[in-house]
Amino acid sequence: MPQKNVKDIEKEDVLKGPIRAGEIDFGFRKEIAASPGGEKLRHCYQCGTCTSDCPIARFSDSYRPREIIRMAQLGLKKRVLSSNTLWLCAACYTCTDRCPQDVEVASVIRILRNLAVKGKLIPSPFKELGKNIVETGTAYRIPELRLKKRAKTGLPPLPKSNIKAIEKLAEATGFSQMIKQSD
Amino acid sequence: MTEEKQNPDQKFLLFLGCAIPYRETSYEISTRKVLQGLGIELVEMPEYNCCGLPLDPVNHEMMLLLAARNLCLAEKEKLNVIALCPGCAGTLRKVNKKLKENKELREKINEQLKKTGLEFRGTIEVKHLLQMLAEDVTLEKIKAAITKPLSSFRVAEHSGCHVTRPAGEIGFDNSEDPEVFKSLIEATGSRYVEYTDKTACCGAPIAGVDDRIPLALSREKLANIKEMGGELLVTVCPFCHMMFDTNQPRIERIFNEDFKIPVLHYPQLLGLAMGFSEEELALNELRVSPSKITSKIS
Ligand code: SF4
Ligand code: SF4
Repeated sequence: MPQKNVKDIEKEDVLKGPIRAGEIDFGFRKEIAASPGGEKLRHCYQCGTCTSDCPIARFSDSYRPREIIRMAQLGLKKRVLSSNTLWLCAACYTCTDRCPQDVEVASVIRILRNLAVKGKLIPSPFKELGKNIVETGTAYRIPELRLKKRAKTGLPPLPKSNIKAIEKLAEATGFSQMIKQSD
Repeated sequence: MTEEKQNPDQKFLLFLGCAIPYRETSYEISTRKVLQGLGIELVEMPEYNCCGLPLDPVNHEMMLLLAARNLCLAEKEKLNVIALCPGCAGTLRKVNKKLKENKELREKINEQLKKTGLEFRGTIEVKHLLQMLAEDVTLEKIKAAITKPLSSFRVAEHSGCHVTRPAGEIGFDNSEDPEVFKSLIEATGSRYVEYTDKTACCGAPIAGVDDRIPLALSREKLANIKEMGGELLVTVCPFCHMMFDTNQPRIERIFNEDFKIPVLHYPQLLGLAMGFSEEELALNELRVSPSKITSKIS
């Protein structure tokens, strides 16, 4: 799972190396295509527009969306899902807007991330955000001091979230389980 | 679905999200001031929760439900929503569109929402602040409200990705060659500065995973702005603002460069041109001192 240490991610090589027939999962393409946003995965013809226009790829030695898309097409499920580089996408949607084949590249990466954490620990930055949301309604815990300062500057009080309702939704999606497991 | 006209007057629900009340209250303070001055009434959004975007990478369904819940709350208030954060605006706008258009998904989501006593019906609209200013307030009205044109300012924009992208789902302005922000900046009398890669991402969303790349991206944008003679940068996103303002001293240190480019929230720029004081617009909360700019205002 991603650490705040980019050197580890940059050195990563799980995506590299020769492909062995035994590691191909022929159902992987279908699995992705069945998720909303993944429908057009098969249409990718590897032009490389996504990688060349990706702001993150420009500053990373390892993050290449075109490569991730290709490996997903080939069914290299284990490699793709265990790659830390997946977590470098900034979801800026430049690739999605510019793909000549209408592949929703950013959404495919989101699908891969969702699959990567299915039934597993969630990466620590997301775990914290997730816990905050389920426990307080917002992604960050807003300190008491801030709330007092709001009142002083004449801002209206922050509306209180309905924690009970959020808990119910987190139960329904299995999300509460995902943040419990990673404790 | 039928589109009910529910905004007869200029009244909107304000979706504040999480990052603004947490770290960027100057954006909220200046927005409220300016919108009040433009005759827009804001209603606080009751019981709102995070838009859902931060959880999309790990649980798409949870994102959908959190967004849908907010949309249902707005439907109950019978008011259209404006969000100041492009992440919130984009998420709520996209999910609203998806749920209105996709019956199967709507039924699936409503099945879950029922457990909390809510139902998505598809009766409201969501816009980012920029879109609302351009479409509901209109440029003419903004121009008419300017009392102190900022004609000596050379201003660059960074709008943040989700104001226009993904284009197919957001459907606002032109994501490759945007014009709306430019026209809003020019309305204040400022001189608009074009620069290389102005629509490029600042990298903020991955700062929690790896901050080296976002810092390098933001440095490059600051350097491009400086090269074109930009004296001031305006943003309309709390995360972009943190990258360019809060992190600017750090960027200068790491890359051994000198920028000192003040980064204002757009409502702060507009507010100055409307004659509000620096204090009313919370300019003192900025990390990079805007004094070299504000001293130009007579
Ligand atoms: S831009 Fe589209 S078609 Fe080209 S490599 Fe990327 S996903 Fe494939
Ligand atoms: S959405 Fe992700 S992969 Fe696509 S251009 Fe942006 S950072 Fe790169």
